[in-house]
Amino acid sequence: MGSITLKQVRKAFGEVEVIPGVDLQINDGEFVVFVGPSGCGKSTLLRLIAGLEDVTSGQILIDGQDVTHAAPAKRKLAMVFQSYALYPHMSVRKNIAFPLKMAGMDAAEQDRRVGHAAGILNLTDYLERRPGQLSGGQRQRVAIGRAIVREPSAFLFDEPLSNLDAALRVNMRVEISELHKKLATTMVYVTHDQVEAMTMADKIVVLRAGRVEQVGSPLELYRNPANRFVAGFIGSPNMNFLEGEVASRMGAHAIGVRPGHFRMSTSDGLLPGTVGVAEHLGSDTFLHVDLDGGTHVIARAEGEFPVHHGDRIWLTPQEGRIYRFNDKGLSL
Amino acid sequence: MATRHQKTLARFMVAPSVLLLLGWMIVPLAMTLWFSFQSYNLLSPGMEQFIGWTNYKYFLSDPAFWQAMTNTLLIVIGVLVITVGGGILLALLLDQPIMGQGVVRILMIAPFFIMPTVSALVWKNMFMNPVNGLFAWVAKAVGAQPVDFLAQYPLMSIIGIVAWQWLPFATLILLTALQSLDSEQMEAAEMDGASAWAKFTHLVLPHLSRAITVVILIETIFLLSVFAEILVTTNGGPGYASTNLTYLVYSQALLQYDVGGASAGGIIAVILANIVAIFLMRMIGKTLE
Repeated sequence: MGSITLKQVRKAFGEVEVIPGVDLQINDGEFVVFVGPSGCGKSTLLRLIAGLEDVTSGQILIDGQDVTHAAPAKRKLAMVFQSYALYPHMSVRKNIAFPLKMAGMDAAEQDRRVGHAAGILNLTDYLERRPGQLSGGQRQRVAIGRAIVREPSAFLFDEPLSNLDAALRVNMRVEISELHKKLATTMVYVTHDQVEAMTMADKIVVLRAGRVEQVGSPLELYRNPANRFVAGFIGSPNMNFLEGEVASRMGAHAIGVRPGHFRMSTSDGLLPGTVGVAEHLGSDTFLHVDLDGGTHVIARAEGEFPVHHGDRIWLTPQEGRIYRFNDKGLSL
Repeated sequence: MATRHQKTLARFMVAPSVLLLLGWMIVPLAMTLWFSFQSYNLLSPGMEQFIGWTNYKYFLSDPAFWQAMTNTLLIVIGVLVITVGGGILLALLLDQPIMGQGVVRILMIAPFFIMPTVSALVWKNMFMNPVNGLFAWVAKAVGAQPVDFLAQYPLMSIIGIVAWQWLPFATLILLTALQSLDSEQMEAAEMDGASAWAKFTHLVLPHLSRAITVVILIETIFLLSVFAEILVTTNGGPGYASTNLTYLVYSQALLQYDVGGASAGGIIAVILANIVAIFLMRMIGKTLE
């Protein structure tokens, strides 16, 4: 079991209020991703749940029990750190067994659990090595191994993939997702990478300056962003925003159009412009277009679209795919 | 990659400094060796002659020699235990966030900047003096008999004085090592349910092992030749109770004017220091891998 409830959780470091009050419900077995730009308080929120930081006010419940002032070890949570935080002078086996040893478990049971975790994570051949002798991806797996042997009620991940190179990151992303399916345990995952959030999450929590901007499934956030910030943050490349006359004609302060939701033509359309950089990827074509009037937008065409730097182009937003925002940035 | 030509050039370039250093070391060593086989007393000039191993026989069979050996080892071990143990403790305390941290740290380091002679004199006259000393005053204030430290516990007093001087050094090295400990590791251990003691033994101590080795190595080099503290406090006495090897060589040469005997003692000290060095290097080789 692993449901986590935050009630008006507030955190201030001295005068600086980092988290002004968050309410959140994380259900058992869910994969929840906290996403937001750096400095938005997502890691702090995770550390508050872990108990590594004390809340200034508010309540944290795990499985209905108030753990607001409980020690980290008493919360039955396991955390995977950004730097992996492996113990450098212990072998992989000892690293993984450390929480069990601290819990005073007998040696046979320790061995069984370490063996089981190593099997899941393909670490069996590396058990006698030191962390210094492992690659980044293997260290990451050891850190996860150390978390799963405790059989916690929830896993907390603090940007676990940010120290890996791009190719490995994609692999580990899939591995963590598969691990979640296998263990069916609650996972809370912090990242600033919206692609990680979109691909892994059951539920995304978008944070900005310590506030929850929106909570929902990846596609919900993609289809119905609550405001301009969420709309701009979710989706890659980012949503294009147009202000001024085009927007007011549609009764909004600003409109948003995703790069894939333009119809493109070299002869006529709603928004005339000039092609800047054209990225021909084969499967897609990304066009950086300078619209007449000065706005810079990115448009995506499926397949090949034969235009080049300096060509004239007309873009027309597809009907029903236009997001409208008022002057406060809220969706209309 | 350096070519053969460059290597030859490099050898020529470093040659002067190598030769200078070699001469600096070899000449005194050779002279000491030479004197150690001579009958050479400053009180009877012109009587120098080769006497073979006699100086060594006398020095080694002197009852003071074995006592000096024991005292030397006791000083080294005693000071190492106090400074490493106390240093770890103080480093842990100084690592805590406290008011006026900067000032406290500077105060901590202060004893290291005081000359050994000065600090030994201060200890002798202002703290340990049985009439005017602070400890005597405290003893009298509670109605106890003042202790004459330097007469009753000379070796322990000297160990105390030397340890007081070296404690800041150990603390400083260990504190910097402690600060380089990854805070996420400590947090991970906390999540893993480690108690404060378990965190200390499983994370902090292994992390400090390198720094501790460095402290032991550097301190041993200096502690084998403690001299000023003994000279200004006890003069090696009472009897030979606080005489170490360095002081014994000094008294042989400059109190008994026996240059030959002192040289033999000096050579023996060099051999002993090298034996210690071999053990230390092995120990370091193991921890530094």
